[in-house]
Order: sequence, then C-alpha cells, then structure tokens
Amino acid sequence: MLNWDSVRADFPVLNQQVNGKPLVYLDNAATVQKPRIVIQSLVDYYERDNSNVHRGLHALSMRATNGYEGARTRVAKFINAADPAEIIFTRGTTESINLVAHSWSKAHLKPGDVILTTEIEHHSNLVPWQQAAKASGATLKYVPVLGENAEGGLDLDALDELLTPEVKLFAFTHISNTLGSINPINEFCRRARAVGAITVIDAAQSIGHVPLDVRELDCDFLAFSGHKMCGPTGIGVLYGKQELLDKLAPDETGGGMVVTVDYEGATWKPSPERFEAGTPNIADAIGLAAACDYLDSLDRDAIAKHDHELGQLAYEKLSTIPGIRILGPVKDRCGVVSFAFPDIHAHDIVTFADKDGLALRGGHHCNQPLMRKLGLTGTTRASFYIYNTAEEIDVLVASLSRIQKFFGE
Amino acid sequence: MSDLSDLYQQVILDHNRRPRNRGKLPQATRVAHGDNPSCGDQCSVYLNLDGDKISEITFDGNGCAISQASASLMTTQLKGKTATEAETLFNEFHEIVTSGKEPEDISDVAAFAGVHAFPARIKCATLGWHAALNALKGEDVPATTETHND
Repeated sequence: MLNWDSVRADFPVLNQQVNGKPLVYLDNAATVQKPRIVIQSLVDYYERDNSNVHRGLHALSMRATNGYEGARTRVAKFINAADPAEIIFTRGTTESINLVAHSWSKAHLKPGDVILTTEIEHHSNLVPWQQAAKASGATLKYVPVLGENAEGGLDLDALDELLTPEVKLFAFTHISNTLGSINPINEFCRRARAVGAITVIDAAQSIGHVPLDVRELDCDFLAFSGHKMCGPTGIGVLYGKQELLDKLAPDETGGGMVVTVDYEGATWKPSPERFEAGTPNIADAIGLAAACDYLDSLDRDAIAKHDHELGQLAYEKLSTIPGIRILGPVKDRCGVVSFAFPDIHAHDIVTFADKDGLALRGGHHCNQPLMRKLGLTGTTRASFYIYNTAEEIDVLVASLSRIQKFFGE
Repeated sequence: MSDLSDLYQQVILDHNRRPRNRGKLPQATRVAHGDNPSCGDQCSVYLNLDGDKISEITFDGNGCAISQASASLMTTQLKGKTATEAETLFNEFHEIVTSGKEPEDISDVAAFAGVHAFPARIKCATLGWHAALNALKGEDVPATTETHND
C-alpha cells in the first residue's frame, strides 16, 4: 500500500502558500510537478557530467553519452519497447506527432487515402493531420463523440463505417485532456490493423497515469511528453516500430544524424540518430529517466487507481453544485474533470480560485472544435495527480460555491 | 496582495450582468472583430458615423466578466465621440488598467484600475477597445491582442 503523504513530500514545490492559502495544484493535465529525485538528477548532470554526446573521447563526454543513451534504454523499458532504437527523443508530444505527420505522410499518403482521427483530439493531434491531408490530398475524417456533454465516449458504431481500407493512418488520444475519458486503445489498434492502417497514439495524458505497454498494444507510433510524467519540460518521446522507423526519412537534417557527407549529398544513420539532428536535450533526457525510476518505484497500477478515484470523487462532489455542467463520462473516468457554469466565464473562475490557493485552468484546452461542438467557449478544468488528496477536492468545491455567490449576487 | 473586489468592482459586475449596447448593429457601416487567442475571448464592435462622430455603437462576443464589462462600458463612452477623441479615451483607459492610477474625474472607468494588479487580465480589458479603434480606422481586420504590447 502506497503512502500518499510521503509521495506528496517528494515534491518540494507543493510546500508553499499562494495568496496566503496552501497551494492546491490542480493543473496537472497541463503539467505535473517534479519530485526531488528528478530535480537532483539535473543538478547532478550539470555539476558533474555536462558535455556533448557521441564522438566524444574524453571522460565527461563518455559520461554524458552513457547518461543520454542510458535514458533511452530506461524509457524503452518504461513502455516495454522491444529495442531502445525505437525511442526517439523530441521536444515533446507535439514534435513527436509532427515527425510522423511530416515524414510518414510524405512517403505514404496520396489523394483518395483517408487519415482518421477523432473529434476529441488536442490541437497537437489534429492540426498536424490537417496539414498532412492538405499536403498529400488525403481526406481527414473524424470519429464522432457522443452525448451533449461528450459523456458517451467515441461512437464505436461510426468507427465501423469509418475504418475502411482507404484509411492509411488512425491517430487517437489515449486519455482526453478535456473530458477525462479513456479510449479503448487496444481495440482501436486491433481494428486499425485489420484494415491495414497504422496507428498513432497520443499518450500525453496517460503516460504518467496508467501503465503502458507498446508491445501488448501493438501500436505503430506512440507520442508523449516528459513534463506530464514528473520529467522536465522540453523532452518528449516518439516511439515507433523498428521496421517503420528504418524506412522513414528524417524530418530534420544536420549534424549527428549522418553517416557520410560530401558536396553532393549525405547518407543517414539508422534510427534513432537519424531523427535527432543537432545536439540533443541531454540533461532533460537524463531527467526523464529519473522520472521513469520514480514512477516505477511507486507502483504504476496504484497510481492509476488513485487517479481514477480522485477523478470519480471530484465528479461526484462537483455534481452537487447547482447549475454546473460537467463534461465527459460519469463512470470510468480519470483525474481530469472539466466543467462550466452558464453565467460565469472560466477565466473569472480561475482568477477567483487562485485567491483561494487553487491552480486551475480555464479556456478551450487546445480543443477548440470540440468546445464549439458542445456549444461552449471554454471550461474550467481541475486535473489530479499522485500528490492530490480528497481534501483538496473539498477546497475546490467550497471555492466554487463562493464564486457562484459572488457573481450571482 | 490585491483583493478580488478590487478587480471585480460593482460597476464591472453590473456591466457584465446587464451589458449595454450589446448585439449586432444591422446597418453598421464599420465593423471590426477582436480576438484574444490566449484565452479565446472574442469581441465584435459595430458602429455608424454621423459626420466624424460615432452615432451608434454596439458590441457582441463572449469572454470573461472583465472583457464583456469593458466593452459594454466602452460603448457608453464612445457614443458621440470622434475618432481622435476615442483614441484619447483609449489612451486614458490604457493608462488606468496598466498603472492602476485612477482618473482625476471620478467616472465608471475608474472601476478598471484594479485590473493592473492582474497583468494577465489587461488584455481582457482592452480587447473591445482595440476592435473599436480598428473599426474607426475602417480596418475590418481582426484586432488581436497578441499584436499589441499590452
């Protein structure tokens, strides 16, 4: 049994007051806080090992290279990839998805092909596919979401009709950053394979919350960011199956990714170097490996259970507030709860809640088309992580009740 | 620490609850649209000129209490004013929301002085004004708060 109080003590930033109140950090879908062990790994690297990687023959360069490549191996183990060469370090989920949307699409998509995605995607898993469709002449289609509050999940009957042999690529999120809904990604991967489509999973919201096994999923690509799993900002991952990466052209070219260069041209190294032109983000890759160690030390099934319980409790307690509209599923949700009041704008709520020490997020959450479909301009979002408590949900509910009174007077 | 009642003064709450001159102006000769991409607030300003004076002005859109109240109060201020006078009024308003200095003549605009303590909200307060000034210039291009330094 995990001791959640001691987990909370691992995060120095949480021990502070904001506007005279204890900080209640509920903006975890945007980014999560960092445990001491991750912060220390960055300090250690910069104080002892800092150097450039690869081709270095001196001691520090070898240490930096070992740290960086060791991080790749650590991340591969974290998602059960078959080989570290399947792990490409990027700046984050957005860059990871863009790499596939540029390189894979350019080589494989033509007019008449279909890119399939869903109505609930974050802009980072939507706009790159719109661009890829425009560039290739392929058609972009969306799996619809059901219910006036998107409580019904994605329409699996519509998926039957949409998933035709023309679909060459199916890109979908694992956990919605706005709805808190969990997509049946095993089923999506299986059904995409049946029509010969490759799969791209946006795991930004799930990577730090639920165990992920790319070999069990048998997905083709999976993208995530380090900063949403206790790691630093500026580092992310694209997982890709080896046989796909071997055939994929680089999106960026330059130093570090070439075998030979002459005045006429160049040849590429294999994956992952082929996709990592220039000096990589060494320190933050090492920090990400420390985050993998940290999360594995806690028991990732227990983390998933905690996340689910807080999300469910928040949904139930928020439901008692008169006039509130809560998005996403009633059951089987994770710790992202987004809600709206008819006459109070999300930004007024966030400003007000900040005075109670609460960190919330208000707006469209990079889900503009979904907001429009639901007839909303934005919502307020509370999102939870391993250090949050049931008492903090009470602080949220009490603050919202005061806000309602203030604007309703 | 600045208090929330400084930000949300009664004048602002009142204009938010009962916005003045809200809605499209069907015969408007000048229209401009404002967007705040960082928060999704939108504001359109419609106006007619009688000579060089604003004879009619309305707004619509959606956004937080600050942006809606500011646009509402602005329409009440700008009616009957010339483009030059409107620009002067905007400069005064801008000074109030960025410095927190209340104007010498006590007016409803003073209610926005509290905004200066909430830098993220200054753009909310100026959104409608940017749209109105664009409309006056005859520039039916979207006013975006991102192109301004406030």
